[in-house]
Amino acid sequence: MSNVAELQRETARAAELVNRGFVTPPVNIYGNENEYVLEVEMPGLDKSGLEVTVEGNELTIVGRRKTETTQGEPYYSETPQANFRRMFELGPDVDTSKINAQMEQGVLKLRLPRSEKAKPRKIQITG
Amino acid sequence: MSPFGQGPFGPLNQLSRIRNEINRIFEDPFGFASAASTFFEGWTPAVDVFEEKDNIVVRAEMPGMKKEDIDVTVVGDTLTIAGERKQEEERKEGEVYRSERYLGRFQRSITLPSEVDVNKVQATYKDGVLTINVAKSEQAKRKQIEIKTT
Repeated sequence: MSNVAELQRETARAAELVNRGFVTPPVNIYGNENEYVLEVEMPGLDKSGLEVTVEGNELTIVGRRKTETTQGEPYYSETPQANFRRMFELGPDVDTSKINAQMEQGVLKLRLPRSEKAKPRKIQITG
Repeated sequence: MSPFGQGPFGPLNQLSRIRNEINRIFEDPFGFASAASTFFEGWTPAVDVFEEKDNIVVRAEMPGMKKEDIDVTVVGDTLTIAGERKQEEERKEGEVYRSERYLGRFQRSITLPSEVDVNKVQATYKDGVLTINVAKSEQAKRKQIEIKTT
């Protein structure tokens, strides 16, 4: 049990340095030669609480929960009430001017098109 | 080759996620088993329970589902939420760089804090959160007793 407690302390310390006061949403990232797709789980959020910014090659996703009107007396609570935040470093092949964002049932879907330059191209051999 | 793997943010964010899960296990008053199953068997949604004057309100975070894939049942004072989260079609082709979201079936049972009327249950699914409203049974409702003067 002491190992678990130690792991808990260690991970907490490391995580706190970069993500103070936020929870880190889980993501799936997949892609093909045309685009990358990011799915970010942020339950309880609609698009009004969402902030997606790109600065240089750094993509930042922030989700702010709606402050709920009190729902009676809390009997039991597991959900982290903190806002969501997660950052990614983008590769040079992402065309940051064409990022598309959609929010559906608490999942943000970001489409990051790959720049024309980065797409694989077949070279015609002549002569 | 992943464009997302480098930089200071990736691995540390992973740590923060592990921390959240560990904290959940240690803070779980319903016992170790329900949250620990997240590690060993798949996933269980995080749940909040509120007690209102005439209702019990349960909120469960389960983003990215279809409402047809969610089952809610109440038997006695036990509420059970079950369902299946399915993989998106388009993900099956192409390359996968990160896979942190849980997929598949889950089931979670919660003992409600008071007797309820199983005929008065309402459930809505919005923004990835399932909200269930269960009416307390007539006996369980708090009654204001009128004091008479003689």
